Amino acid sequence: MAVVPGMSELTAPFWEAARAGRLVVQECQSCRQSWHPPLPRCPHCHAAGLGWRPVSGEGTVYTYTVVRHPTHHAFADEVPYVVALVALAEGPRLVTALLGVAPDEVRVGQPVRAVFRDVAAGVALPYFEPDAGRAAAQRGSLGGLWPAR
Amino acid sequence: MPGGTAIAGIGATEFSKDSGRSELRLAVEAVTAALADAGLTAADVDGLVTFTMDGNAEIAVARELGLRELRFFGQVGYGGGAACGCVAHAAMAVAAGAADVVVCYRALNERSGRRFGQVTAGLAGVPTTAGVDNGWHYPMGLATPAAAVAMIARRYMHEYGATSEDFGRIAVAARRHAASNPRAWFYQRPVTLAEHQESRWIAEPLRLLDCCQESDGAVAIVVTSLDRARDLPRRPAVIAAAAQGSGPDQYIMTSYYRDDLAGLPEMGVVARQLWRQAGLGPADVRTAVLYDHFTPYVLLQLEELGFCARGEARGFIADGAVELGGRLPLNTHGGQLGEAYIHGMNGIAEAVRQVRGTSVNQVPGDGPVLVTAGTGVPTSALILS
Ligand SMILES: [Zn+2]
Repeated sequence: MAVVPGMSELTAPFWEAARAGRLVVQECQSCRQSWHPPLPRCPHCHAAGLGWRPVSGEGTVYTYTVVRHPTHHAFADEVPYVVALVALAEGPRLVTALLGVAPDEVRVGQPVRAVFRDVAAGVALPYFEPDAGRAAAQRGSLGGLWPAR
Repeated sequence: MPGGTAIAGIGATEFSKDSGRSELRLAVEAVTAALADAGLTAADVDGLVTFTMDGNAEIAVARELGLRELRFFGQVGYGGGAACGCVAHAAMAVAAGAADVVVCYRALNERSGRRFGQVTAGLAGVPTTAGVDNGWHYPMGLATPAAAVAMIARRYMHEYGATSEDFGRIAVAARRHAASNPRAWFYQRPVTLAEHQESRWIAEPLRLLDCCQESDGAVAIVVTSLDRARDLPRRPAVIAAAAQGSGPDQYIMTSYYRDDLAGLPEMGVVARQLWRQAGLGPADVRTAVLYDHFTPYVLLQLEELGFCARGEARGFIADGAVELGGRLPLNTHGGQLGEAYIHGMNGIAEAVRQVRGTSVNQVPGDGPVLVTAGTGVPTSALILS
């Protein structure tokens, strides 16, 4: 059985959006900054008027770990699996797990995009998988910088 | 800061994997041993401080010790980050006149009882701030201290070029020191860097030998005024500085949302206070006990404490510099990697032994000794002299 997040007034909008396949982050209606995880007030201007803003689901791997040693039955069949901290294109970072990539092929800076998976009745979690298109574009732009030999 | 306070006594149980007795019994044994070491009795104690995570309430320990009255009691939060904080609170209580003799204690059956690396999934749903925080990490499979630290270690490697071998040198030093410490679990069992490199992955880039052991045991520390300590049998370990620290956007083990992930800014908060209070700098320190639940955070601490510049700890620790005979021997008791995992309290006891000149791995000289508490969480540290 999956480990499911607790729902609260603070976190429910994020998980409700996830269930609908949308990634959202909190946004201040006064200063328009956004962040994650959600907070009761804006950490920048302390305003209480907050909303939720959809994000593109595009991001890059900021750091990661390959978990080899299982410590909970929910993950025992999954090892090895990759937990990543993804920096969203819009700025905020998110703890997630990577799908569709071999553990040895994960890199800091790798382009990824969000995908959602149902893990329990009424609960979907945001995972990320390699973004092949952006990876190719990244390689292309870097290739252009390399001197011809 | 804590004007005229000292550690007058230290005590501990044996360190094991299965104590065979309750955590309360362990706590009382350690406190009793520490009082005997200090030349005091339970009748002298008017204050008790422990960790929020400790399973033994101050009043339960007081009942067992036969204490009739307590004037000062308290608990310090955030896991192992509490260790030196308990001593700081005790010293402040003594300096303020709130108590005369305060005993700090930590007792745990972490191996035979509740193991911190075993996930309690329900903790991702409890309606506390910590439960809400867990809800962002546990469901994604980030659920153990090792995995939480591995994320920071990977980023540190990315930014500064540190390697698994660099982390391994910390384990090798700890196990070398434990090998000559009869109290250590890994007494007479050193490891080589090659053995570190062959040890299995737990959560990459952490290998088994990057992770501290799990232990049963207890340690207690007696804090009183320097004046009183001078009349007691042991050489006082003067509390030259004591500080706590929390950093920007602080979480428990998962401070992943601040600008810079390749550091421990909460230890930087502690460091600035320590040097200012003591009127000292890193170059003055004779030996240090740096919290070593996971090896990478020893490198990050060296940088935050100012022993070397950011990203340069791998050079600082090279060539045996942190082993006996090196320029800054670390964790001469063997640390939590080698001696035991008593949530940092056994490291404070070792710092006291270094001041007294009674460590099994005594570092020559009479310079001050630095000891830190749990990292990746709000933390604390002491300078003893
Ligand atoms: Zn704002």
